[in-house]
Amino acid sequence: MLSKLWNTLNTLSSKKPLKYTLYLSAIIIFFAIILVPPIIGILLKVGTVQNVLDQPALMNTALVAIQNSFIIALIVAALDLLAGVPLAWLITRGKSRWLSVLDTFADIPFVVPTAALGYSILLFWSSSGGISSLFGYSLVSPGWLLVMLLHFTFSFPVVVRVIVGALLDYKMEYERAARTLGAPPLTAARTVTFPIIKPSLIAAFSLAFARSLSETGATFIVAGAFINGPVFIQGLKNQLASGLPAPITQATYEGGTVFASIILIVVSLVIFGLIRVLGQKLTLPFGKGLPLVEKKLSYKKTAWSRNSVALVVFIVIVLVPSLFVALPAFQAIATGNTLVQAFTGQSIWASFWQSLLLSYGLGAIVTVLGILAGIPMAILIARKTFGKLPSAILDTLINIPLIVPSIALGISLKFFWQGVPGIPEFLLLVFAHLSITYPYFVRSMSAAMERINVDMEEAARTLGARPFTVFKTIVLPITKYSILSGAIIVFTRSVSETGATLAVTSKLVTAPVLLVNWVNSVRGIIAPIAGVNALTVGLACGFLILFSFIILLVLRLLTRKGKV
Amino acid sequence: MPDVRVVNVTKKYGKLYALDDVSLTVHDQEYFSLLGPSGCGKTTLLRLIAGLIEPDSGEIYIGDRRVDKVPPEDRDIGFVFQTFALFPHMTAWSNVLYGPKVKNYDAKQAETIGHEVLELVKLNERLNAYPSELSGGMMQRIAVARALAAGAKTLLLDEPLGQLDAKVRNEIRYEIRRMAKDLKLTAIHVTHDQAEAMSISDRIAVMKKGKIVQVGTSQELYMHPDSLFVAHFIGESNFLEGYITKANGQSEIELRQGLKIKAINQSNVKPGERVVLAIRPETCEMKRGHVVAENSLFGKVEKTTFEGIVVRYEIRLENGDRFVINRPSLTEEWVKIGEDVTITYPLDKAHLFPYPEAGLAEEIKV
Repeated sequence: MLSKLWNTLNTLSSKKPLKYTLYLSAIIIFFAIILVPPIIGILLKVGTVQNVLDQPALMNTALVAIQNSFIIALIVAALDLLAGVPLAWLITRGKSRWLSVLDTFADIPFVVPTAALGYSILLFWSSSGGISSLFGYSLVSPGWLLVMLLHFTFSFPVVVRVIVGALLDYKMEYERAARTLGAPPLTAARTVTFPIIKPSLIAAFSLAFARSLSETGATFIVAGAFINGPVFIQGLKNQLASGLPAPITQATYEGGTVFASIILIVVSLVIFGLIRVLGQKLTLPFGKGLPLVEKKLSYKKTAWSRNSVALVVFIVIVLVPSLFVALPAFQAIATGNTLVQAFTGQSIWASFWQSLLLSYGLGAIVTVLGILAGIPMAILIARKTFGKLPSAILDTLINIPLIVPSIALGISLKFFWQGVPGIPEFLLLVFAHLSITYPYFVRSMSAAMERINVDMEEAARTLGARPFTVFKTIVLPITKYSILSGAIIVFTRSVSETGATLAVTSKLVTAPVLLVNWVNSVRGIIAPIAGVNALTVGLACGFLILFSFIILLVLRLLTRKGKV
Repeated sequence: MPDVRVVNVTKKYGKLYALDDVSLTVHDQEYFSLLGPSGCGKTTLLRLIAGLIEPDSGEIYIGDRRVDKVPPEDRDIGFVFQTFALFPHMTAWSNVLYGPKVKNYDAKQAETIGHEVLELVKLNERLNAYPSELSGGMMQRIAVARALAAGAKTLLLDEPLGQLDAKVRNEIRYEIRRMAKDLKLTAIHVTHDQAEAMSISDRIAVMKKGKIVQVGTSQELYMHPDSLFVAHFIGESNFLEGYITKANGQSEIELRQGLKIKAINQSNVKPGERVVLAIRPETCEMKRGHVVAENSLFGKVEKTTFEGIVVRYEIRLENGDRFVINRPSLTEEWVKIGEDVTITYPLDKAHLFPYPEAGLAEEIKV
C-alpha cells in the first residue's frame, strides 16, 4: 500500500503540477504559520500602545530596557568574536588529539537548556557556594555584568561552531601562498584568511547578537534589578498575574508588550539590514597592519600564550559556569533521598517528569514538522527554482524569526491566535516553537544543498531516476548529516525555549518554564513552591543537562561515522 | 536507433540569447560533435537535448518522438558530465548499477548489464572503491559505463575529456568513439578542442554566440570554411585585408601599400569591395630569396619556432603585413631569421570573404 503510494507519487514527481504544489505549499505554510501571524498579531494590538504613551514612567522604563538589550547584545557579540576566533583557530589548526575533545566540550553550553544555564551561572558567579566562596563575598551580583556573562556563555558556542566550520572549509593553499610571499602567520591570517572567511565572521556575529537579543528565561533568572527588553516584557506579564509590586491593567500589559516588541523588532531589522549592507562593503584587511609586530606575535611563545588565554577564557567563563549547576546534583545523588523521590516521581517530581515529557514530545513534533516544511523551502532557496530574486527574498524572510526576541514572537503569536476560538494551547506551542526553530533547519539544509554538485542530481535524472527517487537516493544520503544536525538544533532549541513558551501558555508547563518557576521559588522571587529547594533544582538541571549531553554525544557519533 | 532533431530552438537567459533559433539534425548512429568557444551555447544545446533545461521555443525530437516536454528520465539518453558527477556515497559498482536499479530491472539482469558495460570500458578492478579513491581516467570510464548501463540509445557527452591529462585524453577519446560505434548509438559530443572534435567525429557543428555557423565533416570544415570564424577556429589561417580591383574569374586584390595578389572569387564580391583573403599556413611553399612566380608574396623571416614535425616561420611581408607558414622540419632545410623569402600559395586553397561589418578582429574573436 505504502510502496504503491510512493510509486504513484514518484511517477507524478516528474510532472510539474506536483512539483509546484509541493513548493507552493511550503511557501504557504511558511507565510501562514510562521511569518504572518506574529506580524498581524502585533498589528492587531497596535492601538494599545497609547496606554504606554500616556504613562511616561513606564515608557521610559521600556526604552531604557530596550537600549540595554542592544548594548548588551553588541558587546557580547563582539567579545564572542574576540574570544571565539582564537579558540576556533586552536581547534582547527592545533595538532593535539585532545582538541577533538575540546571541540565536543565547546558545544556543551549550546545544548544546556538556557534556564538551567542561567541558574548555573548564578550559582557559579553569585552564590556563596560558587567561585565567590573563594573571595568571601558575592563576586558578581545579579545585574548587567551577570547578564553579560550569561549571554557570553550561551552565544560563545554558536560563534565557535560557525568559525570552526568556516576554517575547516577554507583552502589552506591561500594561506600557504601568503606565507611563501613573505607574510608571517599572523599577517597571513589577517590579510588572507580573515577576508576570505569574512561572511562566516559576520554570520557568527549576527547569530550571537540575535541569541543575546532574544534570550528570556535565563536572563530573567540572573537579571536582578537590571532590565532588558525581554525581561521588561516578562516582568509585565508577571506583574499582571501577581499584582506585585502594583496591579496593572490588561491594557497596560498589552500596550507595554506591543510597544517593546515593535521597537525591538524594528530596531533589530534595521541593525541586521545594516550588518548585511555594511558587511558586504566592509573590506578586510583594514589599513596596513603592523607586519613587524605581527611577526613577533607569530612566534611560538606568543602563539602558545594566545592559545592558553583562549583555553582559560573558555574553561573559566564558559565551560565550568555552564556545568556548575550539576554540583548540587551530585550532592543530591549522595544524599540519596532526593534521587529516590525524583525517580519515583514523588511530590513535585511528578510535575517535573510531566513537563520533561511535554518538552521532549513537543520538541519531537516540532522537529518532524520543521523538517517536512523546511526541506522544500531549503530546495527552493538553494536551487533558485523560481529565480534568483525570489530565492534571495525567501532567504531573507526566513531569517526574520531568528532576530525577533522570542518572547515578543510568542506574545504576538498569542495575540493573533487568541482570535481563533478554541485553538488548543498545545497547538499554539507548536506554532511558536516552529517559528523560532524553522530558520535553523532551513539554513542548515539549504547550505548543505548548495554544497551538492547539481550535476549529481542531473546525472541521476538522465539515468532514469524520477525527482523523488533522486531525492531519496542521492540528495538524502549526501545531506543526511546536515539534516540530522539541523534536526538536533531544532530539537534542542525547542526543548530549551523559554521566552515564547512563557508568552503563549497559561496551563501547559514545559521543562524550562518549570525550572524558571522552581529557581524563582528558591530565590524567593515568587511564592515558595512546597518541596522545591536548591537540591531539587540542582538535580532537575542535572537531568536536563545529562539528557541533552546524551543527545549531543549520539549526534557526534552518528556524524563521525558518516565521514567517508 | 534514433536520430536527433532540433528545430528552431531558442533559449534565453535574461536578455542574453544562449541559443538563437537553432536547427540541427544528427543522424542515427552518427558520432557528432558540437564545437565552439566557451559561451557559444554548445552545452546549453546538449542540456536541452537531455531535458535538463527546457527551450523557450522550438521543438526537439529523438527518433520520431517529440521530447521537449518529456522529463530527462524518460528520454532514453545517457549523459556524461564534465565533472563525471559520480555519486560520492556509492561505490563504482553501485554507480554503474544505479540506472538499471531505478528503472526496476531485476537484480540478476542489472548485474549482467553491469558486467557487460564494465567489460566494454575495460574496467574490472577496484569496483568496490569509492569515486574519491579512483584516478581521473577510472572515474571517466565509470561515468561512461554508468551512462551505458542505463540502456541509453543516445549518448550525450559534455566535455567528457576536459578533466583528464593529455595522454589519457588521447587514449580515451578513441575508445569512446569505438564504444558508441560498437553499440550503434547516436552520440553527441560537446568540446571546445578542435583537434579532439576533428579526430573522432563523423560530422561537426561549429557554434558561435548561440548560433550554428557551419555543419560538416572535419575535411569540409577545414578545406571549405564558410566563414572567417570557421577558417580561424578550425586550424589556423593568415588573413590578408584589401580591396577588389578585378572581379571576373581570377580576381585581383590590392593589399596595403598597393601590393596586388590574385584569388578565386568564390563569394561574388564586386570591384571596390573590401575583402579578406584567408590562407592556411601549411598550404604555402617557401623559397629562399626573391623568386618571381605566380601567386607569390615576398617577405623577411622574423621569427622561427621548432614545433616537432613542423617549423613555424613568422614573416613580415613587403607591405608590412604579418604572415605565418609551417614547413616540414625533417625533410627541408631550415630558413634563418633575417633571410628574404618568397611564399607561394595555391589559388584554390585561398578563401576570399567580404570584409565583416563588425571588423575582422571582432569576427574571429573566440
